[in-house]
Amino acid sequence: MELPPKVKNILLLDSEGKRIAAKYYSGDWPTNTAKEAFEKAVFSKTQKTNARTEVEVTALENNIIVYKFVQDLHFFVTGGEEENELILASVLQGLFDAVNLLLRGNADKREALDNLDLIFLCFDEIIDGGIVLETDANVIAEKAGINSIDPNAPLSEQTISQALATAREHLTRSLMK
Amino acid sequence: RKGVFGRSAMAQPFVKKDDDHDDEMEYSPFMGIEKGAVLQEARVFNDAQVDPRRCSQVITKLLYLLNQGESFTKVEATEVFFSVTKLFQSKDTGLRRMVYLIIKELSPSSDEVIIVTSSLMKDMNSKIDMYRANAIRVLCRIIDGTLLTQIERYLKQAIVDKNPVVSSAALVSGLHLLRTNPEIVKRWSNEVQEGVQSRSALVQFHALALLHQIRQNDRLAVSKLVGSLTRGSVRSPLAQCLLIRYTSQVIRDMSNHGQSGERPFYEFLESCLRHKAEMVILEAARAITELDGVTSRELTPAITVLQLFLSSPKPVLRFAAVRTLNKVSMTHPMAVTNCNIDMESLISDQNRSIATLAITTLLKTGNESSVERLMKQITNFMSDIADEFKIVVVDAIRSLCVKFPLKYRSLMTFLSNILREEGGFEYKRAIVDSIVTIIRDIPDAKEGGLLHLCEFIEDCEFTYLSTQILHFLGIEGPKTSDPSKYIRYIYNRVHLENATVRAAAVSTLAKFGFMVDSLKPRITVLLKRCIYDSDDEVRDRATLFLSVLGGDGTLDADKDSKEFLFGSLEVPLANMETSLKNYDPSEEAFDINSVPKEVKSQPLAEKKAQGKKPTGLGAPPAAPASGFEGYERLLSSIPEFASFGKLFKSSSPVELTEAETEYAVNVVKHIFDNHVVFQYNCTNTIPEQLLERVNVIVDASEAEEFSEITSKALNSLPYDSPGQAFVAFEKPAGVPAVGKFSNTLTFVVKEVDPSTGEAEDDGVEDEYQLEDLEVVSADYILKVSVSNFRNAWESMNEEDEHVDEYGLGQRESLGEAIKAVIDLLGMQPCEGTETVPSNARSHTCLLSGVYIGNVKVLVRAQFGMDSSKEIAMKLAVRAEDVSVAEAIHEIVANG
Repeated sequence: MELPPKVKNILLLDSEGKRIAAKYYSGDWPTNTAKEAFEKAVFSKTQKTNARTEVEVTALENNIIVYKFVQDLHFFVTGGEEENELILASVLQGLFDAVNLLLRGNADKREALDNLDLIFLCFDEIIDGGIVLETDANVIAEKAGINSIDPNAPLSEQTISQALATAREHLTRSLMK
Repeated sequence: RKGVFGRSAMAQPFVKKDDDHDDEMEYSPFMGIEKGAVLQEARVFNDAQVDPRRCSQVITKLLYLLNQGESFTKVEATEVFFSVTKLFQSKDTGLRRMVYLIIKELSPSSDEVIIVTSSLMKDMNSKIDMYRANAIRVLCRIIDGTLLTQIERYLKQAIVDKNPVVSSAALVSGLHLLRTNPEIVKRWSNEVQEGVQSRSALVQFHALALLHQIRQNDRLAVSKLVGSLTRGSVRSPLAQCLLIRYTSQVIRDMSNHGQSGERPFYEFLESCLRHKAEMVILEAARAITELDGVTSRELTPAITVLQLFLSSPKPVLRFAAVRTLNKVSMTHPMAVTNCNIDMESLISDQNRSIATLAITTLLKTGNESSVERLMKQITNFMSDIADEFKIVVVDAIRSLCVKFPLKYRSLMTFLSNILREEGGFEYKRAIVDSIVTIIRDIPDAKEGGLLHLCEFIEDCEFTYLSTQILHFLGIEGPKTSDPSKYIRYIYNRVHLENATVRAAAVSTLAKFGFMVDSLKPRITVLLKRCIYDSDDEVRDRATLFLSVLGGDGTLDADKDSKEFLFGSLEVPLANMETSLKNYDPSEEAFDINSVPKEVKSQPLAEKKAQGKKPTGLGAPPAAPASGFEGYERLLSSIPEFASFGKLFKSSSPVELTEAETEYAVNVVKHIFDNHVVFQYNCTNTIPEQLLERVNVIVDASEAEEFSEITSKALNSLPYDSPGQAFVAFEKPAGVPAVGKFSNTLTFVVKEVDPSTGEAEDDGVEDEYQLEDLEVVSADYILKVSVSNFRNAWESMNEEDEHVDEYGLGQRESLGEAIKAVIDLLGMQPCEGTETVPSNARSHTCLLSGVYIGNVKVLVRAQFGMDSSKEIAMKLAVRAEDVSVAEAIHEIVANG
């Protein structure tokens, strides 16, 4: 327990329990078969519950799983049984809201698959090797939502404030050298 | 922004959209995706003019494949990795982000890593924050120690980067690297410490985690860190949770060092209960409930906040609270009773995990008067939860019934009701086991309980449960006031069930007939009807039991019948099976005495586990030839040893041969008051040999107080059929004599023809050297547990206490030293004190035992370890006899 809070996996399943995206950070499920079996167990244990307004929680195989659903998307975050479930819930909420932001409020399976790159990036920005990296949905979405403005693009294509910011940064950097 | 697979551009090639089937056809941009084709597509990475959008799409497809569990061969992965590295030439940030991701997923080998290090190092120093942060994370994930020293400078710089994202990336990477390259990461202390003061919540969290990991083996440093931070202001809730965990650890370490008085840092934990973040409140409440020897005064504020959580609208909060209170209720049920009303309202919680936890907590904390009300509430709840939750509830009810035997009626009613409802095998078995336990523990519950079981088997789909219940009925039913009322249920089985159940029913009928004279004529009639059954086992049993019941009624015959009906099988079932398989039908009848009694190839741990499972029906009678009672019976059946008196202790088997040798021999030491018997369990592992006249020659010249008085050879030792030889010694009465014995196995070898299995007539004498055997002091102490060590300790005369101190030298760990002492003394560790918390520098271990001569002895051993792992032990011994306390010290002093 001296270790920082650990997330064992993040799962995004569809309304039939099929994997849309999953990331495992613990060796508890060494093979894909083991992972699929776990996902199936998690899905069947939670599918009949209503996790659409509040984050829900359950225990399975010495793990604590928090989950939330929207449309045909089922989000799960798993931690060990000793873990503080409110920390897991804050990770889940961060993920859930960030995905919603990135999919512009149209979060469903179709949009998620169309923007799977964003989902993968989202996962990458929330957890690093099991350690919580960020839980603020706005920050996550901002980091994962690939900034379409190329920082090296000509100034004319940037907005004034962005241009100013870039210019200021250029200035401070050259001063610091 | 349109997705990478902007529908107009990407969907068409995969899906032919048919307007009529728009909703039925499931759309996926990955429909029909195939690894080979995607790998082909990945060649686009090599194009001279990089198309960022196209490349991002291909990377997404590769990631999709990996994420779905597809694996790339080494060659495929290498090829993809190399072409991906070419994409660093593109300045498109979106593509770069995907490149980082795929490199991490491909986890390139160290010789491949070199290709990207320069690109990543460039990005690490880029002016674009996102590049810096991600390049650090990727690089740290894939590099080795030598490379790490090269970039160390940049990482230290990154830790104090003004951009919190970069700083966090470096700190988290440090946490991962600490496992592989601790000496390097430890050099970053100063920068990390600066991070702890960061204004960014997450940087503070990551820096605190890393700083603690760096210092975790330095108890003083951790204590200082906690001391300073608990006074200061940690902003981030996550960091605050960490601080609480570290504080608990410091408290644990301090209490191990015997500091008394006000618990240090308790005030800090308590203040966290008023934090504005719920996760911090929960963390603190849990930390308080888990304090060693927490007092009720300390518990109260924590319980109060948890109680508030119980009525939160957030399920996670309710779950967290009820889960914590459930744990507290196991050790401090009284502290939780205040929450009972809130807990009762949770029985109807939508979330079944919460409801189940609430019920099991209530069952633990409820008082006698609330049982009925509780059962009513649970009844409504049971119908809509899954079997796994129901089993938890049934188990809780069983312990409740043991706690409040007067309430057995309502609990039994509850159990019998749920027994009638739908449910799977495990659930039904849990109920049946609970009823059986209640019947055994509460005599008043017996008759009613048996009738419930009878009703259950009237309509039971599980053969296993039916046969087990019939067996149980056969034992308990005849002893009731009106045994005849069970007969109908049992006889119904003979009409309605499958052959296995019918056979079991026949045996049960016979038991009633034998035990209850008035029923005998009627049972005989019933059994006669069974001899025309379609199944031969049923017929055989009926015929056999009819002849048993029709016996001449003499005392001897009665005794035999009783032994036959109620006695346990004298030999292990597995051995019986092997012997029966080897038996050739012939003139010679099968002799049950030829079946070896030694349980073979069954690990000791498994045997123990069986022995500890006395509840319910599932526990078969223990194999007779092992375990203390088995040994006792075995030895008393041998005339040479019958005069030795009561067996004091039998050791666990000690191996005298290496694994996989021709002959496998282990020995069990049986200690009597003035004798010692060695039981040599021998196994012949060579199929082509038969051993005869197997004996063990023991040289006791290094065991002066022992003199051999008799030995018992093993006449024949066929292949893979274990047998026993014995040697007995006389020793001074009541004295814990020790000594060393060397052993030689002597025997006559006869060749066996593997095709016929027949042995030659002539044999050759041979011998086989076995390893030495020692009788040690621990052999004279029985492991006997006491339920309450403190009470037992205080009830012994304090003046007779013998205390001494010993240096145990350098040891790997405290746990190892404690184990050595326990093994040396052969005593029973009490209250789980044989386990040492990790990182503990001191520990107290409580031991209890009975010394030869039936003298109770208790030991309180305090261990301490200094920085050089030198271990000291203070040993306090109390015994009913002063000389025994001295003897214990002597054992330690000589050990």
